[in-house]
Amino acid sequence: MRGTVDVQGVLAGNRRTLARALTEVENDSLAGRGALDALFPHSGKAHLVGVTGSPGAGKSSLVNQMTRLLRNPLEGEPRKVAIVAVDPSSPFTGGAILGDRIRMRDIADDPGVFIRSMASRGHLGGIARTTSALVRVLDAAGFDLILIETVGAGQSEVDIARLAHTTIVVEAPGMGDDIQAIKAGILEIADILVVNKADHPLADNTLRALSASLEFARPGQVAAIDRFHHKELAFEPVKLDQKEIESTNEHWTPPVLKTVSTEGVGIENVVEAIGKHAAFLRTHNQWQLRDAARLQEELNELLMAAFAAEWRKQVDQSRIEAVLGEMLERKISPQGAAIKLLSA
Amino acid sequence: MERKIRVLIAKPGLDGHDRGAKLIARALRDAGMEVIYTGLRQTPQMITTAALQEDVDVVGLSILSGAHMTLVPRVVESLKEAGLGDVAVFVGGIIPEEDWLALQEMGVRAVYGPGTTTQQVIDDVRKLVSGQAEE
Repeated sequence: MRGTVDVQGVLAGNRRTLARALTEVENDSLAGRGALDALFPHSGKAHLVGVTGSPGAGKSSLVNQMTRLLRNPLEGEPRKVAIVAVDPSSPFTGGAILGDRIRMRDIADDPGVFIRSMASRGHLGGIARTTSALVRVLDAAGFDLILIETVGAGQSEVDIARLAHTTIVVEAPGMGDDIQAIKAGILEIADILVVNKADHPLADNTLRALSASLEFARPGQVAAIDRFHHKELAFEPVKLDQKEIESTNEHWTPPVLKTVSTEGVGIENVVEAIGKHAAFLRTHNQWQLRDAARLQEELNELLMAAFAAEWRKQVDQSRIEAVLGEMLERKISPQGAAIKLLSA
Repeated sequence: MERKIRVLIAKPGLDGHDRGAKLIARALRDAGMEVIYTGLRQTPQMITTAALQEDVDVVGLSILSGAHMTLVPRVVESLKEAGLGDVAVFVGGIIPEEDWLALQEMGVRAVYGPGTTTQQVIDDVRKLVSGQAEE
């Protein structure tokens, strides 16, 4: 039935129930919010891996191949894998074509894999507003590894780095010179860099440019602690003790790896790097740090929204209209208008 | 947040012509729906898995190969077995009119041949989904 979520069913691994729960959470319905509350204590176990990069770089194909290998590992147990694939919504109609499954047919029938497509629904930043909530539901449902594929991203769609423990940036050869490689943004968030379509003649140039830019960046690399605490919160974030801070100062050097994802070439190196990165995060406290930063930012956003809603209840509509009018006539600036509205 | 209509557009069987499927996908997108497009050569099992995981309201099948009388019942059965009997199924493509009734008796809610307007499909999908909500 629509409008309700069977939390026990989700925890027990019922796929139909899970799919329904994801819909409620994506729509931010009351049932969805209730489910998130109930599922939260069961989350926090999965390794969240983001996959981002420009449109057509080969993100979906890479996700497909990585999942195949994670399901049929050379050694060890197969991992249960969930995939959340985000594609853009039309800014005009709100509709979307979600086409990431096309490249994932090899894994479509595997009972240990769950693929969910989602539309960005107007959210910028490369993922949807409720992507992190969907990921949390899948985490609670017992998937070991969750791959989050962003919309085809340009230079500043970096939300994924806040959500994921490990961020893979996929580049295709021939996408710009070495200045592109040192610009701020998407390359900075990479924990693993993949040059896909490595059978292309320009692949080695791209590999060199990326490797060089990383060497360039390393001495001044932002310490993990600053990377996750640069945002101003409405409250004082949890204090870490000195020992914890020191242990997070160890730098991870992102490997630059070549793949041909349509052929399955080089995938084992990417999967190996994912495992190594998870081990690195755990030994250097950064796993906890990322989790803590993410949860505090989430609380911050919820508080901001709640404050705004609370304020809207109190403020007089005619007063808003009056101030808006003054602002539109350019009598007072937007900044002045904000101060005027807040001074009761 | 308003609930978006989610539609799976799938091409079962072996024919490789997906222009019609893409046209319908695009039209439904422009009508504000979220359309999951899975590409060519889908087995009934793949279609069912996608419909289940994506929690779609409607499944649209595009078949130009003439194998609709074999493929459609398999998809419909497979959906029912997975507990997705309430998901509305429509079929489009080269479907001779004498087969329409048989397909509808199998549980297909609408059949579209060449010349159908995309507006017709959009209107029908909206009707099918609002019907589900009332059930």
